[in-house]
Amino acid sequence: MFDVLTSVLVKNGLLTAFAVVGATIWVSYWLSRVLTNGRLHGSAIAIMIGLALAYAGGVSSGGHNGLADIKLLSGIGFMGGAMLRDFAIVSTAFGVSFGEIRKAGLSGVVSLFTGVLLSFVVGAAVALAFGYSDPVSMTTIGAGAVTYIVGPVTGAALGASSDVMALSIAAGLVKSVLVMIGTPFMAPYIGLDNPRSAMVFGGLMGTTSGVAGGLAATDPKLVPYGAMTATFYTGLGCLMGPSVLFIATRALMGG
Amino acid sequence: MVVYGVALLAACMLAGLVVGDLLGILIGVKANVGGVGIAMLLLILFSDHLKRTLRMNALAEQGILFWSAMYIPIVVAMAAQQDVVAAVKGGPAALIAGVLAVVLSFALVPVIARIGQPADARRDTSQPEAACAMPLKSGE
Repeated sequence: MFDVLTSVLVKNGLLTAFAVVGATIWVSYWLSRVLTNGRLHGSAIAIMIGLALAYAGGVSSGGHNGLADIKLLSGIGFMGGAMLRDFAIVSTAFGVSFGEIRKAGLSGVVSLFTGVLLSFVVGAAVALAFGYSDPVSMTTIGAGAVTYIVGPVTGAALGASSDVMALSIAAGLVKSVLVMIGTPFMAPYIGLDNPRSAMVFGGLMGTTSGVAGGLAATDPKLVPYGAMTATFYTGLGCLMGPSVLFIATRALMGG
Repeated sequence: MVVYGVALLAACMLAGLVVGDLLGILIGVKANVGGVGIAMLLLILFSDHLKRTLRMNALAEQGILFWSAMYIPIVVAMAAQQDVVAAVKGGPAALIAGVLAVVLSFALVPVIARIGQPADARRDTSQPEAACAMPLKSGE
């Protein structure tokens, strides 16, 4: 009996994921209503539960894909994978006002360059503070603070050691998790309630998963604006990391 | 037909990803440059055009709106497969780098959102602007 059940659930992984995620969201909205009187949005709680489950999944399986490493729940990996995630992000653009995007165009571009540079400088400075003083390690960890994709791409291009690569990925993951959780709390203080600031937010943070999750938990109407700029961020980071940012770091550190 | 909306969405996304990959090759980086953003712009332009010429009906719209309603569940699934263990295990260096990058980026949102805003809108917010700029200077 139990074998039949698990085999059905494993064979229809995506449907299992729909059911599990649906139940998670139902519990989250119930918690939001009962515990916080609706103040903390249900989707924010759902994302936190998702992250907590990812931690539990990672600990129990020893893998790198959170809950998706548990065979029974491998459908979660497909449902939340890059293809469906990007498909859903693109669909949110339906009904977006093109005028808003054009009006915020300049600040969007400024936020992209500022965002990459700021995160890189912070990451590289922290690396230096922890004793990673060679330009390759500093650049790789700095790039990791940009996003967890830019870190390993830059590290691979520069030939960084594997522990430095792991550290750079971890820095990027911390950033993405923190943006997911922190955005709904920070939103009122940074004026994150209109398309323009959402575009700037996406350009400054850049982590697609963080921006997507954070804005969804803040105000789903803002998602397309933030996602629009964030999507250029990783590309820009991969472009600047191994080139200008490395050259600048080397010039500064005299490596 | 519902499928027309889904097909339009899929076509826009694929076209955007192709352009993003080509851009990446063109500038020599191993990443898709803005593919999703380009796909979003395509969807905005095409759906607007189809709606204005009345070639898109409510059913076709449903095909797009369904996916946009599935967005939050998909994001929850995405959260559930992050490598949270690695993020926690990265130790203080990774933690501090990540936290500082996020905190400083948050602080810059209201500052950069002001760039390129019309002058009258800027005058309304001149008071909080001065208040915001001060703590940022000391944070640099």
